[in-house]
Amino acid sequence: MSAITLTAELSQLADLIAFVRQAAQSAGFVPDRIREIELATEEALVNIFQYAYPDVMGKVRIDCRMVNDSRLAVAIADYGIPFNSLDFPDPDVGAGLEDRHTGGLGVFLMKKLTDDRQYRREGNQNILTLVFDKPGSGKDRIGDTAQSEPFDRSESWP
Amino acid sequence: MEIVKLEEKDNCVRVAVKGRIDAVTAPEFEAELNQWVSQGTADLLMDLNGLDYISSAGLRSILGITKKLKKDGRALMLCSLRDTVKEVFDISGFSTIIPIYDSPEAALKKR
Repeated sequence: MSAITLTAELSQLADLIAFVRQAAQSAGFVPDRIREIELATEEALVNIFQYAYPDVMGKVRIDCRMVNDSRLAVAIADYGIPFNSLDFPDPDVGAGLEDRHTGGLGVFLMKKLTDDRQYRREGNQNILTLVFDKPGSGKDRIGDTAQSEPFDRSESWP
Repeated sequence: MEIVKLEEKDNCVRVAVKGRIDAVTAPEFEAELNQWVSQGTADLLMDLNGLDYISSAGLRSILGITKKLKKDGRALMLCSLRDTVKEVFDISGFSTIIPIYDSPEAALKKR
């Protein structure tokens, strides 16, 4: 298990993403899947920067750990106001050009690229955990969470 | 993120976009292309062969540029997307509103 804590702002995005990339690399994910892991993490972080800390600057902490050697759990904790991006309504991805809006698109991508995801409020923290299955570990990659082993929701980070 | 102008012919400019378009680089990407859009009159073909990564911030920029060009009677086309980048366009439904081609030749032929 490894963790990083940085200021929750765009200037720290590259370092936060690099940390998650390294964890995914050490866990043996293939490069294409690592880009998806980076993307899901970026979308989660950008929303936290904007909505958990609308007025004040705060910290964000990321913990990466392997679960049963087959799933990477990326837990993102912040100390801002209660905020759960999973509550965002999905965008209309079938809308034509003129009616197309991009609100909620990042969270939609995040949901599609994770095998499981969970939000909880714990004390003064928002904790969003993104879970990525390792291909070849007997689980399907995208969207097929029904067949996945349930992610242990009682376990706490950090 | 880097934008390089490759060629201009038949009233279409082909630019290569390389590197990463994320929440940090998207504003720069959009500003650079907007400047080009407001100066020129041609259609725009973005060759994304060298693009490693795009997030929703980049999609937002591309949508803005597409709408701007369309208002002006011009078109945006994309070509040569890598698999992971193409996947982001597919999941977001952008593949249905922006023409995407396998190669620059295919894009110019279809235009």
